[in-house]
Amino acid sequence: MATAAPPLKDELDIVIPTIRNLDFLEMWRPFFEPYHLIIVQDGDPTKTIKVPEGFDYELYNRNDINKILGPKSSCISFKDSACRCFGYMVSKKKYIFTIDDDCFVAKDPSGQQINALQQHIKNLLCPSTPLFFNTLYDPFREGADFVRGYPFSLREGVPTAVSHGLWMNIPDYDAPTQLVKPLERNTRYVDAVLTIPKGTLFPMCGMNLAFDRDLIGPAMYFGLMGDGQPIGRYDDMWAGWCIKVICDHLGLGVKTGLPYIWHSKASNPFVNLKKEYNGIFWQEEIIPFFQSATLSKDSTSVQKCYIELAKQVREKLGKIDPYFVKLADAMETWIQAWDELNPPKAN
Amino acid sequence: MSQFTIKDDEVDIVIGALQPDLTSFMEQWRPFFSRFHLIIVQDPDLKGELKIPEGFNLNLYTKSDIDKVVGSSSNAISFSGYSCRYFGYLMSRNKYIISIDDDCIPAKNSNGEPIDAISQHIINLTTPATPFFFNTLYDPFCEGADFVRGYPFSLRSGVECGLSCGLWLNLADYDAPTQSLKPDLKNSRYVDAVLTVPARTMLPVSGINISFNNELVGPALLPAFRLAKEGKVRWETVEDIWTGMCVKVVCDHLRLGVKSGLPYVWRQERGNAVESLKKEWEGVKLMEDVVPFFQSVRLSESAVTAEDCVVEIASSVKEHLGPLNPTFDRAAETMVEWIKLWKRVRAN
Repeated sequence: MATAAPPLKDELDIVIPTIRNLDFLEMWRPFFEPYHLIIVQDGDPTKTIKVPEGFDYELYNRNDINKILGPKSSCISFKDSACRCFGYMVSKKKYIFTIDDDCFVAKDPSGQQINALQQHIKNLLCPSTPLFFNTLYDPFREGADFVRGYPFSLREGVPTAVSHGLWMNIPDYDAPTQLVKPLERNTRYVDAVLTIPKGTLFPMCGMNLAFDRDLIGPAMYFGLMGDGQPIGRYDDMWAGWCIKVICDHLGLGVKTGLPYIWHSKASNPFVNLKKEYNGIFWQEEIIPFFQSATLSKDSTSVQKCYIELAKQVREKLGKIDPYFVKLADAMETWIQAWDELNPPKAN
Repeated sequence: MSQFTIKDDEVDIVIGALQPDLTSFMEQWRPFFSRFHLIIVQDPDLKGELKIPEGFNLNLYTKSDIDKVVGSSSNAISFSGYSCRYFGYLMSRNKYIISIDDDCIPAKNSNGEPIDAISQHIINLTTPATPFFFNTLYDPFCEGADFVRGYPFSLRSGVECGLSCGLWLNLADYDAPTQSLKPDLKNSRYVDAVLTVPARTMLPVSGINISFNNELVGPALLPAFRLAKEGKVRWETVEDIWTGMCVKVVCDHLRLGVKSGLPYVWRQERGNAVESLKKEWEGVKLMEDVVPFFQSVRLSESAVTAEDCVVEIASSVKEHLGPLNPTFDRAAETMVEWIKLWKRVRAN
């Protein structure tokens, strides 16, 4: 019996940051094996991370990152899963799916295993609707459509740049919430994909995320976190705020909802609190900054938008802490490195 | 998290009767309606006496009541068809109002048990909304959920909820063109979520299954936008869409929330989409002009009540939309008349 080729098999890379092991891949094998993996090994580069047999992959440790980027490697975090964005940069594919190594296959309410990758691909390949909210959620899903009153002129939608998936079991709470509710588990399966409206920010979690590299890749920088930095566990948040401002500016869509994965590991809330501490205070100023950030009409590419944003970060957030000046520099370094590794294709 | 019990006498269930026999409708809803006071308003075009089963605490209003109260305003404001329910809103003195179309019955959950849509609306209205930042786990005040990592702490107390928009299983609220193209398209997907529609994001508010805080936004639920050939099926109206956008602008301005999602009701078949298609097209075209207006209208700082907001919106409608089509002019006038009527009735 002929089976259809896995969708986007040669157009999508799966980026996985790891510091421990890749045992979790065994459970994903039926869904991931056809695809190319980019493993970004964090921490001690002398350690060998074994990749399960049968997977096609490239693996980069810290030595590789330093070799490839030279002095620009300063923008890639160390001892933090933020290092995963190096994988985005070296990929040659159009689409990226990134997943944490403590995320497993979830089951839907009927007991069926969820192919998260396939759902992300569906999300990315059909339009978003950021300009008007559809009360029946994603109108392009089977069994749904635009509701009465939805303007016809807005029904074509816009290209989808990002697909943000969710998590059953251990929810993505911050440290204070984890401390107050250590036993809370997410057991609610919400059968929806929806577009986050234009002008609205959201907390983007990097655990189960896919995006179109061509449309938004250069903005997916996960910031300066971890070793030597005053902040951690805000890498994906930072990227999420940046990409949303840029997507809103460029007329691209960001979806959230399905697919669910099963998040198995609850990290230590006290350790998390130390990492997040500054972030919790700083985000009170960072959020208004992003909410009011505007980009000029001349910023017509992702890189231009990102550089403009970096300048604004330096000007407006620099006064909160010198960290933001360093971060703005790193944002610019990232773009330089991105453009070096991804020269514009000849027509 | 934060749920407080409200007194039953703070709630009014307002039903617009477009069909003469409400027996089946009310019997199906009895387990969930019977605690509360009901206001039933008979469509003034519907002749004869309504059949209503016994055992409910209710007030019934008919054409003669409407004529008596509305008096000279009746030239500007029509309470015909689906708009009859607005008379019920006018008469209500209760804080929370819930309205369901008379062709909807309780939906069933996965165990086959009927869903209490009334309780869910009350929960939605009495727990905070979060319009300023999107929570990826949807309603953070729901049991088993919370704010996710990265959600600013200063925004976690939320704001009051002004409007709660429920959904529909079976016959969804599609427009006539959509339903005609896909006659077998039924909504069978139960999405177990309530979420706040973010500030400054517009949405199509369906009047089929809604509730609101009458004290905060009551005056903004108004009968203003009538199509020339408005009919007695939802495919032939857009009055709720217009009203919904007014309410959203008001809520955004007054920093109140609008929620969408649960509860579901089961909507039964009625009417014919293809037939309605012939009439509905005019409304569909007009809505295209309306959307950019509502997305960009901004109210002054001195508008601090829903009444103030409505008056400002009406004036803006007259100025910016009036020149495009006389329907908008009429809508603006009706909105102004409505506020006068609202104030007059409240003063008595």
